Order: sequence, then structure tokens, then C-alpha cells
Amino acid sequence: MQEVITTDMLCIGAGLAGERVAIETAKAGFNTICLSLVPARRSHSAAAQGGMQAALGNCAMGEGDNPDVHFADTVKGSDWGCDQEVARLFCETAPIAIRQLAHWGVPWNRVEPGEDGYFQGGKKYSKTEKSENAGLITARNFGGTAKWRTCYTSDGTGHTMLFTMDNKATQAGIDIHDRCEAVALLHDGTRCFGAVARCMRTGRLRIYYAKAVLIASGGFGRIYRESTNAVICTGGGQAICLDTGIVQLGNMEAIQFHPTGVVPGNILVTEGCRGDGGVLLDVDKKRFMHIYEPAKAELASRDVVSRRMTEHIRAGKGVPSPYGEHLWLDIGHLGAKHINTRLREVEEICTNFLGVDPITQLIPVRPTQHYSMGGVRTDKHGKAYGLKGLFAAGEAACWDMHGFNRLGGNSLAETVVAGMIVGQSCVRFLKGESACFDTGIANEQCRNVQQRIHTLVAGNGREKAFSLRNEMQDVMMEGVGIFRNELGLSNAYTRLEELHARAASLKLASNGCGANAELSLALQLRGLIRLALCVTKGALERTESRGSHAREDYPERNDRDWLVRTLSRWDVDNDHPCLDYEPASRVWEIPPGDRGYGGGTVISTDSTNKKEASE
Amino acid sequence: MNRNLYFNILRYDPEQPDIEPYMQSYLLKETERMTLFIALNRLREEQDASLKFDFCCRAGICGACAMVINGRPGLACHTQTKDLPAIINLLPLPFFKLIGDLSVDTGIWFREMNRQVESWIHTKEVFDPQASEQRMDNSTAEQIYELERCIECGCCLAACGTARMREDFLGAAGLNRIGRFLLDPRDQRNEQDFFQLIGSDRGIFGCMGLLACEDVCPKHLPLQDQLGFIRRKMGLRALHNLFKR
Ligand SMILES: Cc1cc2nc3c(=O)[nH]c(=O)nc-3n(C[C@H](O)[C@H](O)[C@H](O)COP(=O)(O)OP(=O)(O)OC[C@H]3O[C@@H](n4cnc5c(N)ncnc54)[C@H](O)[C@@H]3O)c2cc1C
Ligand code: SF4
Ligand code: SF4
Ligand code: FES
Repeated sequence: MQEVITTDMLCIGAGLAGERVAIETAKAGFNTICLSLVPARRSHSAAAQGGMQAALGNCAMGEGDNPDVHFADTVKGSDWGCDQEVARLFCETAPIAIRQLAHWGVPWNRVEPGEDGYFQGGKKYSKTEKSENAGLITARNFGGTAKWRTCYTSDGTGHTMLFTMDNKATQAGIDIHDRCEAVALLHDGTRCFGAVARCMRTGRLRIYYAKAVLIASGGFGRIYRESTNAVICTGGGQAICLDTGIVQLGNMEAIQFHPTGVVPGNILVTEGCRGDGGVLLDVDKKRFMHIYEPAKAELASRDVVSRRMTEHIRAGKGVPSPYGEHLWLDIGHLGAKHINTRLREVEEICTNFLGVDPITQLIPVRPTQHYSMGGVRTDKHGKAYGLKGLFAAGEAACWDMHGFNRLGGNSLAETVVAGMIVGQSCVRFLKGESACFDTGIANEQCRNVQQRIHTLVAGNGREKAFSLRNEMQDVMMEGVGIFRNELGLSNAYTRLEELHARAASLKLASNGCGANAELSLALQLRGLIRLALCVTKGALERTESRGSHAREDYPERNDRDWLVRTLSRWDVDNDHPCLDYEPASRVWEIPPGDRGYGGGTVISTDSTNKKEASE
Repeated sequence: MNRNLYFNILRYDPEQPDIEPYMQSYLLKETERMTLFIALNRLREEQDASLKFDFCCRAGICGACAMVINGRPGLACHTQTKDLPAIINLLPLPFFKLIGDLSVDTGIWFREMNRQVESWIHTKEVFDPQASEQRMDNSTAEQIYELERCIECGCCLAACGTARMREDFLGAAGLNRIGRFLLDPRDQRNEQDFFQLIGSDRGIFGCMGLLACEDVCPKHLPLQDQLGFIRRKMGLRALHNLFKR
């Protein structure tokens, strides 16, 4: 018989978001368990380098910053796709969240008084830090922000935040069940009460009963071949939500590409490189971003820079290489001292993986899949649509303060801010709840998973998990990338439908015993392809360009028809997702307008004739 | 380039204890800029789907992929095959519990270590959400970060003579962790408190100072300085305790 574990709170995920929520419920006295595919500290949050946004306004270039400015940047960054109520709540809470982290032990870089040089657009400028601000948390420049607002610890921000968070979780007595993968949710159609999970040490199944369940399983970047994400970012949390047939995913088509993934390898070098003054160069070693974006140049938002880079490569200015064309990132002028301290991870990545010395050589880069704005749709309290007792936070969620494009530094901030807010909402829920675990449903779910495993090992399927996954990743790269169009998207959709059908007859090449990776993938694959189908269908239907979603055949942002959020659901036994829409925001503190970067026309909400408006 | 690479990999699955550990050989054509991450994944996808090994960030950041590469503990993801001879021997890290083939359970060990050294800020101050943050010198922040860069990969323990002999040895990673909190002005523990944690053979006095740990640390943490610093502090504390009695 499988092991059965009962708890108050089950967090699926032990990255920053999962652990921050867990700390909140544990502090309130509830038994709390986090599941994770890897030891908590190896979660993808650890890979974030650049920093976390919070409007503290401590440093010279951040003077006058406050949550209002942060809010305006975030709404513009989202291309008016975000939920403004949530964005407001987020910006107001971020300063508290970051100070709490300072109290818990994160060694944030601090203001050093006096005059100091900095680079922007390849030129050197000077600034003076006030002596009265000495020792307060400082910030660096990031794309799409009016002020320097991104707080950091060198370029290991995610690492220090996650280690501090995990320290706090250890102190709070939270149980982390690592190497444990949630494979199905337990629910009765209205209420979620736990999950079935697979132990990745032994391969055995476990039932977790819980009064409340949180999805904090991170992004699903691995539906793309070229991604900066860890290999574990396979969207397991979103997929098991989709499997319920009830829970909805929001804005799945909103996929962010980051301008500076290295070639080859797709490892990210932080936006801090450009924030600190690095520049992009083309095949002639010339700057080009200022031509496309005079105001913001290299520091326009990510979606904009990624598109401009792609356009520039298409204009014949890319650098040829055995791995395809790329551009250059130049940080050499920042100097050895700066690079060896504040951009040290970048230095290590360049030397270890590329054999490039960033102090004297150029770094080969190109836009690479980076972040999923979409995810489990929740209300502003973090409650998932569809099932009571189910919550979501972090990259796995579509709480929706990112809309169609997330600003750099806003995701780390989201994990901890949402962690506080959603954590409180879990506490309120747990206080009002008594347990009602349906063992019949649990055993049946468990048998289903067991049956799936049995069929994979002993059945008569023909398809191989690894090759299907590779095909899916290629389809996504080709058809659902930075620029999208009707033909590419509909081809991709048809091919994904075929892959979805083929994924029903997988067969393992190995025996599937113990910590078997092939079995993990085989169990994930259907979910992965379903997520890919949601992304592709959402993109195909959305006949406009907004934030990271760029349709070549519909280049304008169409507020008249598309100021809405896509909701995807997967009815049980269906072979395709169902789409629905809801207004992007209930509150419009800042009415839709021009972002001030990125160009492009807007069909406004009050225009009546599309043709006229786009002319 | 285009060499034939011969991989000898330790195979063992604790779930199938009847099968004794053995070395298995694989042949793979080298490609440009191949890393062990690329190579092992190709072996698993193309030749042997049952191979067990761990990668997560594949970027030298998370510490998941440490293994013994031609006799030396290191991160597989940032090891390029061009820097290795054509015969590549891969073993799991010693010291940690084996999960299968090249995969070991560093997670459980490090969580226990963190619990034992109480790897969190000890303070009586209560967080005030309305107040501004406590000030800190930037140089202090940077010094803390310098020690906090440990990715818990386990290489230092795998290379450590003492760790081979004492299962309960905290190792360079554990002692470095103490150093990190000793340095942090926010932590109100005093030397005596730290002495309680590490003033024994399973702590600082178990270390033989041969410094294999620093040699293999992929993050180049200043382990030698740290161990020396802590040994001096704790040595003085031990004397102090002796005289107090
Ligand atoms: C290279 C890189 C650099 C970045 N830099 C920045 C930056 O500078 N600033 C910024 O704001 N953002 C940055 N981001 C984004 C940011 O790091 C992430 O969005 C954020 O850390 C996500 O945190 P999370 O807690 O939601 O998820 P994660 O940290 O990804 O954690 C997910 C957790 O869920 C677990 N899990 C997943 N599936 C399952 C399952 N089925 N069962 C059980 N457990 C499961 C995992 O093991 C893990 O513990 C960066 C991202 C990348 C890829
Ligand atoms: S110096 Fe100490 S900790 Fe490092 S390897 Fe030697 S005995 Fe182990
Ligand atoms: S100290 Fe270095 S070798 Fe040891 S676990 Fe940390 S990063 Fe790895
Ligand atoms: S896979 Fe993360 S360090 Fe190698």
C-alpha cells in the first residue's frame, strides 16, 4: 500500500513563493509540508541574478521613487494587460517584503556615500550618494523602470534570497519533502484536498491529504528548446491543475523572451549587465538599440529589446556562428573590478561555459525563452479559479501583476510579496476549515496514476518520451516564438495535436524503477504538450500584439477587442483546450495609453472601426 | 574534436540490491563545446534510458550535478569534455547516500546540517513593517555574500579526509556556514553559542587542515581562510572555557 501523509497545508513547490507561503501558515501554527523535485535550495529561484524591485528610493538615481512610480512602470510594462488592483497591492507591499528579508538575513548591497561613476549606453556619468543614506539598501538600473529600483546582492540575488528563506523555513519547522513530484490533485469537483505524489528516490506513490493546497511550482519554460530555465521547469503544477478539468490557467500565450541568453547553452546573463551599462553590438561591433529605441535604448523592456534584436538579425546584422546567428553583449568597459564583484556570476558563466573573458571579449547572446507570465489563474487573494482550498503563487500563478510582459526584478518581488499576501489568505482559509478527506477519490486517483505507470512499463505503446518532448520543443521554437503569425501558429497547433495523440501510446525503454528520469518525463509529457497547446491556441486566437505577444499579422495593440485575459481549461477526456475571456482588470487606475517605448500603434478602447483606427 | 569519448560510469540501484555495483562503458562522439551535461543527457536519451544522474540549473548555480570526474569532485554541468582525456570515468560523490548511479542525496544531508548549526539569524529584535531597514556597511554585506555563495554541492565533503572517517563531521560547508553567521552583525549569538555548535571533533577540531576542500570548491569560496579564522576563534574560546572552570 502507498504511504499516506496528512497535513494542514501542502505547498507544491519549495522555491521562494512556496516557502514564503509555507512560513506564513507555519507561523500561524498550521502543519505545513512543501514538496519539491529537488532540494529546496536548488529550486530555480536560486538562479536569479539581477535583483528584486522595491520602491525604496534610497540611492541617488532612485530618489523620489515610491510605490506610485513602481505601479506606473509595472502597468506600462504589462502593456495594460495586468490586474491593476493586484499591481497596486504588490507595489505597496514590496518595500515591506524586502525589509523583512533584510531582517531575516539577506545581505543586500547597501548605499556607499560619495561620488561614483556609472555607465549608460556606453558613456560614463557620475552620481553622488548622500551620506544620510549610507548603509540603506541600494538599487541598480533595470529595463522599463523610471528609477533605479532593483535591489540586489551582487549578482546572486535569487541565491541569497532563497537561502535566507530556506533558513527561515528550517527555523519554522517546515517539512520539505524533496525529490517528490506531485502528479495529480485530489478534489471532488468543488474542493481540493491534497495530491498524489511520486517519490523520486524510490518511485513509490504517496497520498498527501491537506486542508489547503498551494501551487508554487514555478514556470514551464521547458516546453521550449531554448530556455534559460532549469531543466525541472516543466510546468507540473499547472498541468495537474489543467487535469482537473475545472481549474483555469490565465494568459498562457504571454511568454517572455530574455534578450541575453548566451549562445550556445542558453544560460542567462543578467539584465544587470545592461542595467549597469553594458551595450548590445551587432556584426559590425556597432550599437543599434538606440536607433530603434532612442529614449530607452538597451533599457527598454525585455519584450521590446528581444524583438529589436530579432529584427536587427533579420536585417542581416547578426553574427554567424555554428549555432545560428547571434549578437554581442559588451560589458568590458565596466572594468575588471565591477565585473569581478557585482557581475561575478556573469564572469563565471562566460569563462566556464563559453571560454570567453567578458573583461576583454564580447559575449555572444540572443533572445531566449525566459519567463511564463501565464499560469494558474487566481483572484487577488491567490485563490485559484474553480476549486475551493486551492491557491497559487509565484511564477506558477497568474495572480497577474505582470500582464503581457514582466519587468526584470518584478518576479523575485512577486514571489515574496505574493507569499505574504497569499500566505495570509491561506491562513484565513485554514482557520475556517475542518478536514474532509474523501479516501475513495484519493485511492482511485492513486490507482489511475499506478495504472498509467504500469502501461508505460508493460504496455504496448510505441512512442519514446524523449523524442516526443524534443519534437514538441522544436515546434514551439519554430511556430510560437518571439514573432508569431497565423500560419506559423496554426501549423504549430496541428503538429502539437498530433503529438498529444501520440503521447497516449508511450513506452519506456528502461524498466522505470526507482529514481527513473525517463518515467518522470513520460508522466509529465501529456501535461507539457497540453500546456503547449494552451499557449499556442491562446496566441492563435489573440489577433493583436501586446507585450511579449507579438503578431506580425496584427502589429497593433487592440484595446477595443483584446483588453482581456485569456482563460484556458481542459475538459476531462477532451483533446483540446477551451478558451474563455475576462476583463484584464476590474479597476483602471491608469487607463490604457502609450508605453513610451516599443513603438507600435494602439487601437483604443473607444474606436469603433478597426480598419480606420489602424491606418 | 570529433574524438570518440569512452565513458565509464558506476551503475547501482539501491532499489535493486541484488545487482552488485559495476562499471558500464559507453561510447559517444564528441561535439563542439560539449559539456558533461550535454554528454550525459545524450547517453540517456540515445543509449540508456535507465541512467540516473542529477542536473537542475545546468548553469553552475544550483549545485545539483556534483560527481567525481576522473577522480576529482566537480560540477558536471560546467565541465567541458575538451578539457578531459578521451576516457572519462564518472563516479557518484562519496560520503552522501546513493540514490542510484551518479545521483546522491545531498539534500537530506545539507538540510540536517542547516538544522544542526541553526543556520538562521538569531535575534531578539522583532520585525517592524513600518520602520526603515537597519543600516549595514556595504563592505560587511559583501563579505557576508562572499561566504553565502556556497551552493551546497557537496564537493568539499567528498574530498575531505575527515568526512570519510566521521559521518557526523560538519565539513568545510558547515563550518563556512558558521563563519557566515559569525560575521553577520544581525546575528546576536556570541562566540560561546557557536562554540557549543562546533567546538568539538565533529566541528572545527576534526578538521586536519589539508585543504582538499578549497581545491575542489567550484565556487572558489575562501574555505582555507574561513577554517583558519574559525579555528583561531574557537581555539581561544576553548582556552577561555578552560580557565573559567
Ligand atoms: C536565469 C534566470 C534569472 C532570473 N533572474 C531574475 C531576476 O534577476 N529578478 C527577478 O525578479 N526574477 C528573475 N528570474 C525569475 C525568477 O527567478 C523566477 O520567476 C522565480 O524565482 C520563481 O520562483 P517560484 O518560487 O515561483 O518558483 P521556483 O523557484 O521555480 O520553484 C518551483 C518549485 O516547485 C517545485 N516543483 C515543480 N514542479 C513540481 C511538482 N510537480 N511537484 C512538486 N514540486 C514541484 C520545484 O522543485 C521548486 O521547488 C530569473 C529567472 C531565470 C530563469
Ligand atoms: S581542510 Fe578540513 S574540512 Fe577541508 S578537506 Fe581538510 S579536513 Fe576537510
Ligand atoms: S563550500 Fe564549496 S564545495 Fe563545499 S558545498 Fe559549498 S560550494 Fe560546494
Ligand atoms: S546543474 Fe546546477 S550546478 Fe550543475
